[in-house]
Parts: sequence; structure tokens; C-alpha cells
Amino acid sequence: MSSRLSTPAKRPFSSAVVMAVAVFLLSVTLAGASLLPENSLFHVSPFVMTLAGKYLAYAMLALSVDLVWGFAGILTLGHAAFFALGGYAMGMYLMREIGTRSAYGNPNLPDFMIFLSWDHLPFYWWGSQHLVWVALLVLAVPAILAGIFGWLAFRSRVSGVYLSIITQALTYALMLAFFQNGLGFGGNNGLTDFKDILGADLHASSTRAVLLIVTGIFLAAALLISRWIVSGRFGNLLLAVRDAESRTRFLGYRPEQIKLVIWVFSAMIAGIGGALYVTQVGIINPSEFSPSNSIESVIWVSVGGRGTLVGSVIGAILVNFGKTVFTTWLPDFWLYSLGAMFILTTLFLPNGIMGLGHHLRKKSEEVTPEIIEPEESEHDR
Amino acid sequence: MNQSAKSLFLAMFLVFSLAYGATGYAKIQKAIAENAITTSSPDSSGDPLSGLASGQFNQIAETVSALALSDPDRAKSIVSALQTNALYQDSRHGLYLEKENGYADIRSGQKISLTDDGLKPVRINNKVRLALVTSTALFGLSSPNAATRLQSADTLYSHAIPAFTPKISAALAQEKDQKVKLAFEKAQAAAFLSETPLATGDNARLKAIAILKKSGGLDAHNILCRIAASSLESQSVKQSAKKAVSSIEFRLGFWDLLQNAFYGLSYGSVLLLAATGLAITFGIMGVINMAHGELIMIGAYVTYLVQQSIHTVFPALDPFALVVAVPVAFLACGALGVLIERGLIRFLYGRPLETLLATWGLSLILQQAIRSLFGATNIEITTPYWLAGSFMLGGIEITLNRLVIFLFAFAVLGALMMTLRRTSIGLEMRAVTQNRRMSALMGVRTPRVDALAFGLGSGIAGLAGVAATQIDNISPNLGQNYIIDSFMAVVFGGVGNLWGTFAGAMTLGMGDKVLEPSIGAVSAKIAILVLVIVYIQRHPRGMFPLRGRGVES
Repeated sequence: MSSRLSTPAKRPFSSAVVMAVAVFLLSVTLAGASLLPENSLFHVSPFVMTLAGKYLAYAMLALSVDLVWGFAGILTLGHAAFFALGGYAMGMYLMREIGTRSAYGNPNLPDFMIFLSWDHLPFYWWGSQHLVWVALLVLAVPAILAGIFGWLAFRSRVSGVYLSIITQALTYALMLAFFQNGLGFGGNNGLTDFKDILGADLHASSTRAVLLIVTGIFLAAALLISRWIVSGRFGNLLLAVRDAESRTRFLGYRPEQIKLVIWVFSAMIAGIGGALYVTQVGIINPSEFSPSNSIESVIWVSVGGRGTLVGSVIGAILVNFGKTVFTTWLPDFWLYSLGAMFILTTLFLPNGIMGLGHHLRKKSEEVTPEIIEPEESEHDR
Repeated sequence: MNQSAKSLFLAMFLVFSLAYGATGYAKIQKAIAENAITTSSPDSSGDPLSGLASGQFNQIAETVSALALSDPDRAKSIVSALQTNALYQDSRHGLYLEKENGYADIRSGQKISLTDDGLKPVRINNKVRLALVTSTALFGLSSPNAATRLQSADTLYSHAIPAFTPKISAALAQEKDQKVKLAFEKAQAAAFLSETPLATGDNARLKAIAILKKSGGLDAHNILCRIAASSLESQSVKQSAKKAVSSIEFRLGFWDLLQNAFYGLSYGSVLLLAATGLAITFGIMGVINMAHGELIMIGAYVTYLVQQSIHTVFPALDPFALVVAVPVAFLACGALGVLIERGLIRFLYGRPLETLLATWGLSLILQQAIRSLFGATNIEITTPYWLAGSFMLGGIEITLNRLVIFLFAFAVLGALMMTLRRTSIGLEMRAVTQNRRMSALMGVRTPRVDALAFGLGSGIAGLAGVAATQIDNISPNLGQNYIIDSFMAVVFGGVGNLWGTFAGAMTLGMGDKVLEPSIGAVSAKIAILVLVIVYIQRHPRGMFPLRGRGVES
């Protein structure tokens, strides 16, 4: 059994620092290149920039999944819910920014509310015209939902596949709820047709460049904070909970509290990712809640390498790049290759691309924690 | 009464009550007065038929009803001519019946030769159609056939026409058949209450209200509501009408609940089939098969293929394609399941979360494969004649296909229990579920048991697919609709316990459908999901948890 535990003493995750710098530089370079004249060789079109921003936002979702799955062993199939909630919070602000330029020209109410013949904003839209308040919502709403859900689930020791299934049910229920017009979030169509952010035109190249850099900064910061969290004493506890929850409990720790902390933190990162995603993609609708989105984000982590932080970012960018390429040229083929990716990585690359790298250069400085399932005896063969 | 007719009645009722609320009693009275049929002609010339040629739908309807009372024989031929568009008029208000060769003047009955031009058919609309139907029902009251009399009485009950009251009373006096008599009484009461209170006494009205109260139904509710709100009725009549209304409403609500529970039962049955397969693989191998929904979907497509191929090879066997599809779907999906287990899942034992991901990937591939082969749109599955139709059980309508699905699910569950309890492979499966290592040491070939168990679970998914073809749209996304609900059923009921799965599936199915009418389909689903999420957090191992050593892992 002892061999199963990864060596906890030295896990500096220095690659996370490298990655944080790389992400920042990438976003700044792309943003800068977009401001070059259009005939320049290095000019980056707004489309590519938006795409890059989208990938980075997805990378934040992947990072949040990696935190709970790679380090606490909670396979979440509903993390896209937190991502989408953050996105909806930001969408509320962007809707209010449209103001009188909407089809009905009402300075307060978004078009869809007028369509439903509502005459005032529902209370949860109050204050949504202030970016500061909305930024708070982006963090608080996912955190509160994750807090309540996690507290209930971890306290009653719901774990393993049970937990996975109810996280999936959670996001499914939210998806159904957001599809309803009466909820006040635009129903089927969601929130879209945004114009401005803080008075700056969302369609202008310069605004997009700034948004890309902001996304890069947030992702880099999230990477660094995550690294700080998982590499210290708390990180050791997380791994202990992941690999031997009962033993950790017998040693006097409270696994449910440890899990709850990382769960809520991870939900907040996902929420920020969603908010940044919406500013750049320009739409948020209930399909973002769909369980398949959550599961896809798990495969990003799986491809990149679970429990490595950096791997999740690499995986998210690579898989989404592949998706962009495939859905453009071979739309029918994308689902086949995504499916194959799920199967092949779980069968042959349990530690993802990071594991592959580790495998190739055996004497790596960095110790990639090996992912081994927690103690169990029933299915040994 | 089928679903659409039911909703039509409901819509009519709603429209009526809205209209009533808006216009008040005076207008209703006016409408009744307009509807009241006088035996005199609507036309001043004294020709009872001229209304037919007026080109006004209202006049045509009135003329038909008046004729039905005054001159049934002639009315019969006119009604049937109108129904078949065989009544023609010319520009001088002449009316002609189309005969086999030529036309006959309707007034003189003489055959005349006419050229086709200048003649146009007398058109009808819904109002005229209603007059045709009620007139036909009026003729039917004196039919020698009891079934026809019964049906006619029912028609006149749902479309109460005051002027018909004497005829209905006369028919009632002569009626011997008890059942038909009851129907006549209802029709009489309905027609009677449609008349103004001045024309009848309070006592007679109270009696009529009592009859309607007993019969129940939306039509009675409709009439009684009007009485209860009428300003012309006496206080005692209104009181008793109010009481009758609330009694009928209670009964209607009660039957509605039962009806929805029945829908829930059939949905729960498909869910049960879906969840049983899942429970077997999860219970025995600790493996969550995310591709389980796709196996259900494939079962449905196998049904489609079987139906198509039987249709091309032995069209005579068409009605039994569904029966043939049952074993075929079981074997096809079972074989696919064994293939999945041997080719994929056995490499992932002991890593349940990875299995979840790999099988999800598989589900994407299967979905896309079916989409490439059959297209993304819904496919058509015909319901054989022996599954179409329904019967009434009290106030609920039992549709045969839903009933058969329910029985089928039970039969499958029973067969599965027998397999698990009475066969050697069942014994081995139970042994492996309880203690894999010990079973292996005792000589059970666990890999073989795993493969067979997975095949069994997948085969049952195929059966769920066959059942789903009868109550759902068949498209490549079918599996997605069932997978979350069946997971819920499994974890809700508790893993590795078929009774738990049964209870879970039925609770979910019924809860879904019973809540649906009051809070809407989506909200019902959300409510159920939230309830299950909360429930699982209170009872992490479901309603019927496995107990004993080795459970906690």
C-alpha cells in the first residue's frame, strides 16, 4: 500500500510557474499582434484572438476540474454549472450595458423581459449595472452553490460514482431551470447581443485585446494560487484524502472540510472562467449547463494529465484546438475523435500528456504524482 | 376519448367559461334563445327548406335542427347529403340531391336532368356539423340497436339542446335497457337544465342536477357551473348546483391524478428496464456504464430494423414485428455488451471513475455512428393494431401500449429474478457481487461472469429500447433522455438490489408524471432531481442499501 502514495515531500509544481508566465506572455503577444496593421505578417485577426480567449477561459474550467479531481479525487461531472453561473452573472452586466440600444429601447429591462411583459427587474438583477457588484456575484454565486452542495454531500460521505452522478444531476437540473423563460435569464436564447463593457465597444479589436490579456492574467494568477494551495501542507492533506480518505479521518483530520475548501475554491475559479468566456464569446445560454460540457472538461484534464495543474491547461487548449479544427473541416468526425480520446487516454494514458513527458524523461526534476485509485479491495484482480 | 379529444373538450370548456365570464348571463340567455329551435321556418315564405339555400351557416344549422324535429324522414336524407357534400343549390334557391345519375329536386323529389354548371354544393362549417351530429343523434334515439341509442344519448348529453327535451323524454319513457335508460336520463337532465328556469319548476331542476352530479364529467361540470352562477335560478337550485360542481371537481381531480399515475407507471416501467440493466453492471462490477443509454437507443433502432425487414420479407407478419424484435434486441444489445466488456471495460476494473469516462467516450461514438447510419431525425415506428386502442377503467383511460409496457417490464424483472436466484450463472453472479476474491478462490470464473453479467445488463437495455419505441420519439439522442433518470433510479433505490431499483424507477416515473400537470414538465423534472439529490445526501446508499462487510470501500 505504501507504494501507492506519491512522495508528498517535494512537489514544487515549478511547471505551474512556467506555465503561468507562458500563458501571460502568450496572451500579451497575441493581443499585441492583433493591433499590428492588417497587412503585416504577424497580424492576428480578431477571430483568432477570440478563439485564444475562449481557450484560456476553458483552461480555467479545466484547472478547476483538476483541482478537485486530480488533487481531492472528486470526479465532478457538473463543473460546467459553476462556469455557466459565472457566465450568466457577467451576462447580466453586459445585458444592462446595452441600455437603450436594445430592440425595445428600454433603459432598464432587457428585451426578453419586455417580451414577457415584465415591468420591473427581478430582485436578483438588482445592482447588475455595476461591474463591481457583478464581479462579486461571479465569485459568490458559484461559491455559495458549491458550498451548500459540497457541505451536504461531503458531510454525508457521498463519494465516488455516487457523487459524480449527483453532480451531473445538479447541472442537468440547472440546465432545465435556465431553459425556462420564467426564471428571468432569457430562456432558450440566453443572454446575448452585447454591446459594451465599461463603455468600451466589445467588438473593437482593442477591447478584445485587453480582454484577452485580462483572461491571461486571471489564468496565470489562478495557476499560481492553485500551485500555492496544493504544494503546501494543505496539498499533502488533499492527496491524503484522495488516496486514503478513511485513514486521514482516523488520523484526526476532517476530510469533508478539506474537500469542501478545495471544492468551493475550484467553483470560484470556474465561475471566473465563465465570466471571462462570456465577454469574449458574446453569448451565454442554457446549453452551457449541459452535462456533456462538464464531462468534456474532464477529458481536457484527462488528456493533459490529472493532478498536474499544468496538464489541465495544456489539455484544454489542445483538445479545444482539435475541436475547432475538426468541426471546421470534418464536422461528423469530431464526435468520433472525442469519443476515441476518452477511451484511449483512459486506457493508455492514465496520466495524460504530462505523464507521457514524465515517462519519456525518467529522471525528471519534478515528480508527477501518480494517479492511483484510493484504497479498495473489492475489484482487485 | 383520446388525448386530443380530451384536450379539445378542455379547451372548449375553457373558452366557454372565459366567454361566459366576459359576456355575462344575458348573452348566454340570448345565445340559448337563438339556439332554441322553433318548428316554424326561419324564412317568412313558409318554406321549411329555404334556410338551406340561404348560404348562411347559422340558418343552415337551424333549418337542419328544425327539420330533425318536424320531419325526421326528410331530415335524414338531407343530413346524409350534407355530410357527403351531395346537396347542391342553384342561383334561384333550388335545392338538389346528387343521385347516381343526375340530380333530384329536394322539394318535389322529382328527378331532373341538369347541367353541372350553375350548381354549387351547400357548404358546411363546424356549427352546421354540430347540428348534423345532434340531429343524427336525435334519429338514433329510436334506433332498434341499443349501442346506437346509447351513443346518441351520449352525444345529446354533451351537446345539450333544450328543444330536444320532449323527444328525449319520449324515448326515455319507452326505453327498457337499463344502461341506455341511464344515458337517456343524463341527456334529458342536460337538455332540461339548458332551458330557462321559468319554463320548469325548481324541483324538476334539482332532480336534474342530482342526475348530472352523479354522472360527473366535464360536460356536467360545464352545465352546473353555469347554473350555479346564474342570476335567474332560485337560491336552492344554485346551492345544490354549487355543491354538485365541487363534488364533480373533486372527482375529476381524483381521476386526473390516477390517470397521471398511470402514465407515470408506464414511464417508470421503461425507466425500470433501463435502470435494471444499469443496476446489474453497477452492482456486480462496480462499473458505471455511461453508454447504457446508447444501448437503449440501439435497442430501439434494432426494433426499427426488425420492423422494416419483416415488412419487406413477410408483410403478413407486420403486426408481430414487435414481438420478434424483443429477442433480437436482447441478443443484439447483449452481444454488443459482451463486446464492450471484453474490449474495453475489463482493462479498467478497479478504476470506476476512469470507466465512467471511457464509456462516455464510447457513448459519443455509438451516438455518432447511429447518426451517420440513420440520420439525426426521428424514425417512424408503427404501433401494431393489438397495441393501439384503450379502455376505460373507472375514470382513467388505460391505453393498451402503456399497459403492455408495464406488464412487459414486470415480466422482465421476474425473469431476471428467476435467473439470479434459480440458475447457476445467477448464483455465480450473486457470489461475485458479494465477494469477488472469495468467489474466484471457490472456482468461479469471474471474467466469464463479468462478461455475461454485462451482456445481461446490456440485453435488458435493448429490451428497454423496444419498450421505448412505444412511448417515445426514436432518435440518436434517445439514450441521453433516459440515462440521467435511470442513474437517479439506481442510486435512489440503492445499488445491487433489484427491488430498490424497482422502487426507485417507479417513484421517479410517478413523481415526474404526477407533478407534471400542476407545475409543468420541466419544473417537475427539476423538483424530482433536487429531491433525489437531497435524498441521496441523507441516505448516501439509497433506499435499500446493501449491508454487511465489504460494502464500505
